[in-house]
Formats: sequence, C-alpha cells, structure tokens
Amino acid sequence: MNQREILTGEHFMNGDEASAEGAIAAGCRFFAGYPITPATEIAERMSRRLPEVGGIYIQMEDELASMGAILGASWAGVKTMTATSGPGFSLMMENYGLGVMTETPCVIVDIMRGGPSTGLPTLVSQGDVMQSRWGTHGDIGVIAFTPSSPQEMFDCTIKAFNLSEQFRLPVVVLGDEIVGHMTEKVVIPKKEDIKLYSRRKPKVKPNNYLPFAPDDDLVPPMACAGEGYNVHVTGLTHDERGYPVINAEAQEKLVGRIVDKIRKNANKIIEYEEIKTRGSDVVVVAYGSVSRCGKEAVRMARAEKMNVGLLRPLTIWPFPEKRLRKLSEKVKAFVVPEVNYGQIAFEVERCVASNSQTLLLPKMGGDIHTPEDIFKGIKEMI
Amino acid sequence: MDIERSRDRFAPHYLEHEKWKLGDYGAHPIDKYLRPGRIPHIWCSGCGLGISMTCFISALEESGLPLDKNCVVSGIGCTGRVAGYLKLDSYHTTHGRPIPFATGLKLGNPELTVTVFSGDGDLFAIGGNHFIHAARRNVDINVICVNNFNYGMTGGQVGPTTHLKARTTTTPYGNFEQAFNLPHVAVASGAVYVARWTTLHARRLKASIKEALLKKGFCFIEIIAPCPTAYGRRNRLGTGLNEMKYYKEHSVIRHNADPAEAELVLGGDILVGKFRDEEKPTFLDMQKEGTLDVMSGKGGSKK
Ligand SMILES: Cc1ncc(C[n+]2csc(CCOP(=O)(O)OP(=O)(O)O)c2C)c(N)n1
Ligand code: SF4
Ligand SMILES: [Mg+2]
Repeated sequence: MNQREILTGEHFMNGDEASAEGAIAAGCRFFAGYPITPATEIAERMSRRLPEVGGIYIQMEDELASMGAILGASWAGVKTMTATSGPGFSLMMENYGLGVMTETPCVIVDIMRGGPSTGLPTLVSQGDVMQSRWGTHGDIGVIAFTPSSPQEMFDCTIKAFNLSEQFRLPVVVLGDEIVGHMTEKVVIPKKEDIKLYSRRKPKVKPNNYLPFAPDDDLVPPMACAGEGYNVHVTGLTHDERGYPVINAEAQEKLVGRIVDKIRKNANKIIEYEEIKTRGSDVVVVAYGSVSRCGKEAVRMARAEKMNVGLLRPLTIWPFPEKRLRKLSEKVKAFVVPEVNYGQIAFEVERCVASNSQTLLLPKMGGDIHTPEDIFKGIKEMI
Repeated sequence: MDIERSRDRFAPHYLEHEKWKLGDYGAHPIDKYLRPGRIPHIWCSGCGLGISMTCFISALEESGLPLDKNCVVSGIGCTGRVAGYLKLDSYHTTHGRPIPFATGLKLGNPELTVTVFSGDGDLFAIGGNHFIHAARRNVDINVICVNNFNYGMTGGQVGPTTHLKARTTTTPYGNFEQAFNLPHVAVASGAVYVARWTTLHARRLKASIKEALLKKGFCFIEIIAPCPTAYGRRNRLGTGLNEMKYYKEHSVIRHNADPAEAELVLGGDILVGKFRDEEKPTFLDMQKEGTLDVMSGKGGSKK
C-alpha cells in the first residue's frame, strides 16, 4: 500500500490535485471537508487517495463541522487538513480561532473565488487575504501561503504542514481559482528528498507536564489524546496547565505568546521571490496567479529599458515587512496588482510610505490583470 | 443577568484555586477522577450538573475502561464546564461543535472512547445539525445531553427544549415554540442506543452511561436536570430539591417505549427509560467494508 504514498515523478495535474498530493506526501491522514467550487477537486482526490494510504476521508455536514473535525483528529495525533473556498472559509472562522487558541496543528486550503457571499463560484479573486489574517475574532498569529502554480500548490501544502506542526497552529494555503484549476507540470520528489516535521512531544512525565508551557521558541510540546497526559484543552483563556483563567494578566501572557510565536519567528517563516529588484526604480508586488502576469509586465518594462523588478511573497502572512522597508530606501514606487479592491496594497504602503509611493491596481474579481494592465501601472510610476 | 460574566467576577475561589491543596478538603473516593485544584466548581447549589458528572465518573469506574484512553469533549455552557473538571484528556471546544470535534478525535484514533458532554442549547440549537449527522453516520461516540430546558450559562434564555408556555428571560410572555423531544430526534436520526433519566435516577443513569461507554456506535443519553437559578426560579419550580421531588412523583419508567411518546410538558409526567438498544455497523465498520475491501478486491459493491 505504502508505495502509493508519494507519487514520485512528473505529473500533469491541476493545483487542487497537486495540493492534495502535497498533503498526502506531508503525511496528512485525515481530511474533513464539504464540497465547494473551486476547491472540490481537493476533496475528491483525498476521498480516493486517503484510503489507499490508510487514512480517513469524511465529508461533514458543513464547514463548521469540517474545521471542528480536523482539530479533533489533530488532537488524536494525526496530521489533518480541510479545503474550501470563501463561503466555507467564512464558516470556518469560528473553529480557526479555536485552533489558534488551543495551538492545534492543521492545514486549511482556501481556493479563493469572487465574493462577498456566493459571488462568483467559478471565477478568481484574491478577496480572502485579509480574512485569513483577521477573519476570526481576537488577535492571532497567522501563517498563510499564496502559491502561484500547481507545483507551488504541492510545495506550499507540504510547507504548510511542516510549519503547522512546528508552530502549532492552523496554517492557511490561499490558492486562487486560477491556480487551483490551472493544469501544469508538477514534479513530485522522492520520499527521501521531502523534508517533514512533526510536532514536538513532551519529554517529561505526565505529572511534571505543563501542556501550555512553551520552549525557547515559544511553542509548547504537545501531548495528544490517549498518551496518558490527561491534558485539558480549552478555547477559554488558560494558564500553562491549560486551566481557564479569566483575567487580563492571563490573556496578556497566553495571547501575547500566541501572537509572538509567529512574530518573533517570522524570519524563519517568511519566503518570497525577488526578481531584479536591485537598482530598480519601480517594484511590482504581486502574489498568487497575478504574479505570473506581474513577471511578464516586468519583462515588458525591462525590454523598454525601464528599471523594474518584482517581489512575490510566497508567505503572505507573516508579511515580508522588513524586506519592503529595506527596498523602499532605493525604490521610487511600488505597484501592487491584486484581485480585490486593496488589501495587500495597504500593507505595502504601511511599510514603504515614508520613502516611496504605492500604486494599487485593483480588480474586483472574475479575471485577473493582463501583463499590459500592470505595465501601464509601471509606466505611470516610473 | 449574565451568569457567565458575573460568576467570573464574583467567584473568587475560581481564580484563587491555586491556594487549595490536597489535604485541605480531605480525600473523596472520586478525587482521582478530578483535576486537583479545580474544586470547588462553578455550578450553583441545587444544579443537576454535579450529579450528572458524578454518575459519569461512577460509570467510567465500573466500566473498567482504561482512563488514559477515555476522552470527554464539551461545548460551551454550564454543562460545557464538565470537561474542565475531569482528569482525562478533555476538550472544551466551541459552542455547538463538540460533536464534530469528537468525530475527528474518534476517527483519528479509534482506540479512544469518546464521550460528548454538553447542554441542550449547545447540542440541539447551534449544534443540532451536527447531532443528527453524527447519529446518521453512526460514529462510535457517546453523547450525554444535560437538558435543563434553557441556556443556563447566559442567564436563562429560551432554547430548543424549553417547555411550551415556560418563562425565560427571552420569553417574558411565555414560550410559544414547540420543544424538541430529544429521544425521538435521536432515534429518528439513527442512534443505536437512546435513554433518558432524570438526576434523581442516579443509579439507573450510571448503568445507562456504563452501557453506552461499552457499546459500539452512536449512543445518546438525555439527563433531565434542574437549573434552579435560571429556569427553576422563573417557572416557580422551587429549589433543586423541590425538582428532585417532582421527578420522584412524576417520572414514569417505561423501557422500550415508543420515543414519540416521550414529549415533555410543563407540569406533566416525565417518561424515562431505555428507548433503543440495537446493533448497527459504525462509520468505521462501513468504511472498512465499503472502501478497503473494494480496494483489496475482497468484495463489497463493485460496479
Ligand atoms: C457562537 C456562540 N454564541 C453564543 C454564545 C453564548 N453562550 C454561551 S453558553 C450558551 C448557551 C448554553 O446553553 P446550554 O447548551 O443549554 O448549556 P447550559 O448552560 O444550560 O448547561 C450561549 C448561548 C457562545 N459562547 N458562542
Ligand atoms: S445556571 Fe443553572 S445550569 Fe448553570 S450552574 Fe446554575 S443551576 Fe446549573
Ligand atoms: Mg441548557
């Protein structure tokens, strides 16, 4: 059975399928979901693939339940995932918060489509970027990826599992409809070339174990159900024993750490691609499917001897703030095409405002910018 | 009155439990099942939750099941706090979602015995959809619902089991919505074991919980319980003791009764007993038969 675990070789598959294969390769053995365009192919592939590798697929009654079920299975010691799109992502916000508060490793794939509400079920958007950051109530630490190809859907899903296990939180893969449905070559490496990380286990005996006392990296080792540690896990503000404590001090300590464990480890988490930013007057900041057109626009500008580069965040959260600040020392303007009416552009502006200008190229969804659209923006700022 | 808030403000013991040491209050036979330093609990005197939890502990003890493989999952509410007192792997989740969480826990590690302990509002209003689907799938978990006919934790609002005509903080003119008959809902949804007891029936309740713990499949137990602080006061039901007397006078034990007859009326009789106990393959049994056997060519329904 196990030779089916990792489908080493070259494939022609879409981003959704690649994400499912990434999950299986990362060791995901439990998937709970609810069908929704344009993420359904992930559930379909998982329903076929998980039984082949001894895992469990369950189609829940809704996304509230899907999110709840993957948290439960994660506490049973399994690597778990769900996949959805905007309307379902909205329903998941409640238990996404529970996952953050209880420091539960798991992965949520959100294939973004046009919103709000039912919006454009079959067409692209990047409207959930801020939802992944602030959609659940309260202050949280967040990790989210914005892949731009089926290959990256595969790679980022594995990375998402690794980071969720390392930092103990739900990690989001923010695909968009184009990336999810686009079919391209995907290379699946050999098993030994895929680096995997699993949650740290407590080294002490149950009597000496404080389930929410962190190690130096601010992450506590995790004892799962049935391991004899009798852990209490609650979404209420709790102390290091896991017991509810309802006061400001406990809130500061717990939620402060939950935010800080991502903030202070941001350097280890953040990934981005940079193209010809050195000496550039204008830098395009683009992510997901749009970044592909951004690259083409940069090529067009360069062909006309303009000094233009591109920064493509692969982790949209944590946001590469430091890098942008640094770039702003030399760059005149940043051009931000995104398929929403301004979400990441404001993040960019926040980082660069004291030195450079930011131009938002918005699009409400349904299709993405052409390279010419972005090139026009570049010319405006050069 | 929002009890959730006032209690955390006015119950200093709750914040200062660190000062309690074993020995300050002597050993009790069930101490080893409770988390040290968490007692006294937050529940009002006369509340049915203490008896409900104690019956669960006694049932667990008698079942002989290994404690380390037993988990309790709660939602939010006064009943939801059960998870915080039991010295087991215990999960206090979000309002209405303990059943999906428990489903994941059980399917993630089938060795575990998983029991959901939650309130009527949690399990049948906000979480009603999860209940019927988990029962339909016959996920191998136990669900214990403490039915106090209202939302105790938030100060006593109307809920899906509130008696017709009853007063709550949000039905000042009396409740005009029909109530759920929980055993009927459970049986209709596919539960393999369905029983109802009141907190007066401690021994029978314990026996039922033990049966559920040892039985495979989706088992449901409703516990009719007094909430003197919120529901009792507004409906002139008296103290917790008065309610226990009422249960004594008005409970009718009838095993195998048609659950359709188990409806509850304010001031009426309370039909209790074991209404359903049958064998059916669980979600995991079906998954094995339906998927794994087909894959390995061992039968099942091939196209
Ligand atoms: C999503 C959400 N909505 C509302 C609440 C507020 N709330 C807390 S407990 C509760 C009702 C509890 O009633 P029940 O489940 O019957 O438990 P009881 O307190 O009666 O034991 C509500 C509405 C919440 N915590 N979460
Ligand atoms: S409010 Fe009601 S249910 Fe809650 S602890 Fe008090 S008596 Fe019990
Ligand atoms: Mg209630």
